[in-house]
This record gives sequence, structure tokens and C-alpha cells, in this order.
Amino acid sequence: MTMSDFPPGLILILGAFLLPLVAQSVRSILILGLPLLALGLIWSVPDGSFAVLPLLDYQLIFVRSDTLSRLFATVFSIMTFAGGLYALRQKRVLELVAVYVYAGSAVGVVYAGDLISLFIFWELMALASTLVLLSADGSSSYKVSMRYFIVHALGGVLLMVGILAHIHDTGSTAFTAMSPNSFGTILILAGFLINAAAPPFSAWLSDAYPEASYTGTVFLSAFTTKAAVYALLRGFPGAEILIFFGVFMIFYGIIYALLENDMRRILAYSIVNQVGFMVTGIGIGTQMAQNGVAAHAFAHIIYKALLLMSAGSVLYMTGKRKCTDLGGLFQSMPITTACGIIGALSISAFPFTSGFISKSMISQSAADESLMIIWFMLLAASAGVFLHAGIKFPWFVFFQKDSGMRPSDPPWNMQLAMILFSALCIGLGIWPEFLYNLLPYPVAYEPYTVPHVVNMLQLLMFSGFAFFLMLPLMRRTLTISLDFDWLYRRVLPNALQKMFSQIWATDHKLRQGFIVRLDQVLAFISRQNEGASGLLSRTYHVGSMVMWVSVILATYLFLSFVTH
Amino acid sequence: MIKDDSEKVGRDSMSGDEEKHWLVRPATVRWLWRGGLLMLLCLVLADFFVHPHPYFKIDGTFGFFSWYGLVVCAAMVIFAKGLGVFLKRKDTYYDDE
Repeated sequence: MTMSDFPPGLILILGAFLLPLVAQSVRSILILGLPLLALGLIWSVPDGSFAVLPLLDYQLIFVRSDTLSRLFATVFSIMTFAGGLYALRQKRVLELVAVYVYAGSAVGVVYAGDLISLFIFWELMALASTLVLLSADGSSSYKVSMRYFIVHALGGVLLMVGILAHIHDTGSTAFTAMSPNSFGTILILAGFLINAAAPPFSAWLSDAYPEASYTGTVFLSAFTTKAAVYALLRGFPGAEILIFFGVFMIFYGIIYALLENDMRRILAYSIVNQVGFMVTGIGIGTQMAQNGVAAHAFAHIIYKALLLMSAGSVLYMTGKRKCTDLGGLFQSMPITTACGIIGALSISAFPFTSGFISKSMISQSAADESLMIIWFMLLAASAGVFLHAGIKFPWFVFFQKDSGMRPSDPPWNMQLAMILFSALCIGLGIWPEFLYNLLPYPVAYEPYTVPHVVNMLQLLMFSGFAFFLMLPLMRRTLTISLDFDWLYRRVLPNALQKMFSQIWATDHKLRQGFIVRLDQVLAFISRQNEGASGLLSRTYHVGSMVMWVSVILATYLFLSFVTH
Repeated sequence: MIKDDSEKVGRDSMSGDEEKHWLVRPATVRWLWRGGLLMLLCLVLADFFVHPHPYFKIDGTFGFFSWYGLVVCAAMVIFAKGLGVFLKRKDTYYDDE
């Protein structure tokens, strides 16, 4: 066994269980060291398949190392490192254990070379992420995590049935590009899409993520949806239906984020929006599009974590999460504000940030394929991202009105994590070659042309102008917005309740009716037999009873002779 | 929800009488608006000097990215506002679950 035969994800998964056993100082070293160790292993494994285990007639491939898996595993490890730095003071060790198992299984997913090992890590990821939610100590965390788990269990079942059907059809467990044209592959696609928060199951994300702790949400934002993006990119590149899913997700995210009041739920909706860009790119499926999706996933994990770190810092320092309660924090939290703004500019694809060099590749691929309507929609969506995340989030949290609160910046480790990710956002924006060199296909794309930069600035600045013009329409209200989950949280339970109360009522009525009838019959019988002449109250001779008994016995005797 | 974690909740103080931060004084805000509008104007005028590489036809016309950004954002805000009439509920809506 060589080093390549050790799945990099296992470093994080096994390491996670050491965390509760060691002292605080050693734990800090492990929290920071494990992701770096995993990163080192990821980059020392050459291309190829390793850690191959036989299972019945099939082979499990735990390490399939190539450009794509290395790219995703790299950003997952960087994310775990910075998230770990951010969470150094998290007192709930259970959450840290869950987070590291979660991160490790996400790395496991991107290294899985066959569908069975993919499924194993996929489910481990669902369990660990549920535990992350469960370890947040809100009054609602149990219910939230169960709702989250039910959706992911459904996704898991679809995926499992799909995988079994696919193996039955093809006789192969290999996880390679498929097209959704059979029962098995359609179910596999559905399982992937549920984790990507595609419609109709988008609501689990905005329902669950904002309910995790200030550190938990940072990790949650990175792994589940991006592992799903990886799986879609590997499994279904060029599946046209994904374009429709993606475009829907893009606008769903924008519209719901515009209506939202909870600062972390705004960012949760914006995850759906960003994953929508990636899903659209996967649907377009050209090499340029696939490169764009991979680059965008890489950039997205970093700036989205950065945004949620700055929101988490605000939550940590103030205990408040609603825009209606926040505002004016830039005065006392300059570093959190600056880092939040850098994240906001990156997600909006401002020139010289990471979003600019990645998202534009997806738009470019739509233009290359002459998908005019899609291109105009992506352009509108880019403007919309600036509107709902780029300006709305920093404006309502850090500026807006003065809430009167003057919290200071968070502890040094949280600041350092934010500064690290801010530097990455800008660094990737200025030196895109670093990221472009990691992409699955050779990149022939130059993001920094004068028209591209100027046009993007025009688009974004006028979106910002629209925001401030329409500000009166965006007054925050103490509201939530109904989503598809309304059907299974309200309509279905209410309908079931109504149905059962109807059934109980009918049942009650029938029983009552039956009892009344029975009473009547009994009363009738007893009335009939009141006198000594009634059928049941008459006096019979003992002899007649003996006669009837002997008749019965004789009949029995006769029958036993006949049947033999 | 994270009460136990927030050891220091900062120096809560009301800023009623004290001097406002320079960035939010009305004079600064006025200058920010002027500066912003001037920048927008410059960006539109930049189309005179930049040679466009349109993918389709309309995206090469003068000021396209400017008006498109403004119009689609306004449309999305209005659409969201309209949808909110049907979808918004008090944030305690699910609390009795």
C-alpha cells in the first residue's frame, strides 16, 4: 500500500474523532493541521485510480485522482482550513467533529471513482451535515435538522435506487458521464439535483442553513451544494434540461433574497442563485462551460464563506440576525465590513475579484453556443446578484440606519480567516492564471479586455443605481416568504389532519350508530323473551338437549367416514 | 441563539446626541450622490471610446449595458415586490410547528 492508496478525505474524517479526545491547544493544532495534511496528500497523488477494494462482483474505487477531483478537493481543503481557523473558539466540540466528518466526506465524494463509494460518502455527508445543524442550540434546531434530513434522505433514496437500476442496466458501477435517458440515470440526476437545491426542493437550503451556529453555516454553505455541482459536472455535462433548472434557480435566488429580512437567509438564497449559474453551465456543457463551472465553484466557495463569515461575526458580536435590527455597524466593525464588502464585490463579479474571472466564462460559453436568450438572462442575473447580495447584504447590515449598536470586530482568529479569504478573492481576480491552470481543460479565455471590464462596470453600477432609486420599495419587514416547503410544512399536514379528523368523525358516527342499533336489537330480543313463553326463556327438557348432542355427534361420525 | 458565545456584546450606546460618523453626515451623503451620478455619466460616455465586441446585435449599441442593468434591476425589484404580496407572511408563521 502506497500513500496514494489512502483516501485524502479519510484524514479529515478520522481526524475528526480525535478532536474531542485532546486538550484545547492540541485541538487547535489538529483543526488547522488536518486540512493542510489533506491538501498535501491531494497534491502528492498522481493521476489515476487508487485504493481499489473488491466488493462482491464490483470494485470500489476510493481515489480517482484527476484534474477535476483535485480542483474540488483543493478548494474543500482550503475551505476547511479557513473555516477551522474561523471556528477555533467554537466551544461545541460536537459541531467541530461533525464539520470535519462533513468536510472529509465531501472530499470523499469528489474522489469516488465508482457510484457505490460515491453513495457511501454522499450519505455520510448528509448525516454529518444534519449533525452540524443539530449541534446548534436554537430552540428550533431539532425540527430544522429533521426537516433537512428528511429531504436529504429522499435524495439519498432516489440516488440509491437510481444507482441500482443503472448497475442493473449497464453492469458497470463506474462513475462517468451519463445522459438522463433511462430510469436509473434519471433518478441519479434527481438525487444530485436535490442536493444542489434545484426546484422543487430548493427550500431546504434557506430553511436549514441560517439556523446553524455562526460557524456551522460557513461550512454548510461550501460542501453539500458544491459536491452536487461536482457530481453533476462529472455525471451529466451537456444535459440540456439542466439549463432550465439552472436559470430557474438563478432567478428564484434573486427574487427570494430580495424579499428576505434575515441576513444569513439572504446569503442562503444567494447560494441557490450561484449554484444556478453552475447548473446552467453544466447544461451548456462545452469545454469552456465546464471550465467556467469548475472555476466558479472554486471562487464561489471562497467568497460565499467570506460573506457568511462576516455575517457570522455580526451574529457572534450582536446576537442579532435580522436586517430590521441591524445597521450602522461599519462604524465599530471596520474589518468585518471591509471583508463583507470584498465578498459582496466578488459574488457580484466585480473586475479584479474572483467572481469576475469565473462567472464570465459561463456567460462566454452561452454566447459561443449562440444561446441568445440564456446569455441575456445570465446578464440580467449578474445585475441581479449585485442587487440582492452585492449591495443589499452590506447595505442593510453595515450601513442603512444606525441601530445604535457599537460592537467591536470579532476575535483575532475570525478576523484572520476573513482577511485570508478576502486576499484570495482579490488574488484570484488579479492573477486568474493560478485558477485557470487548475481547470480540467486548457483555457483559451482572456477575462480582462477593455470592453468586458467597462461593460461589466456599467451593468453593475447601474444595478447599484437602481437599488438606491428603489430603496423605498425595499424597506425591510418582519416577514418570511412562502416557498415550496409550504406544501409539506403546512398544506399537507393540514390536509392530513383534516382527513384524519374527518375519518375519526365518521368512525365515531358509525360506532355510535352501531351501538344504538345493537341496543335496539337487544332490547327487542329481551322484550320478546320477557314472558315465560319466549324462545329463549322457555323451559326445555334435558332429554331434548341430549338428543341434539347425539345428533351432532352422529353427523360428525358420518362426515369422518365419508371423507376417509 | 448564540448567547453563550457572545461574551462581549460591544459597547451599546445610543448615538442620539453625539457627532455622527463623517460617512453618514448629510453633507457627505450629498457628495456621494453627486460623485456617484458623475461616475455613472462617465461610464455611459465611455461607450464612445470603447469598441464593443457584441455577441449578438443589441449588446453592441450605445449604452446597452447601462440601461439594461438599470431596467432589469428595477423590473426584478418590482416583480419581487408584487410576488411578496402573495408570499410574505409574518416571520412567526411557522412558530407553532
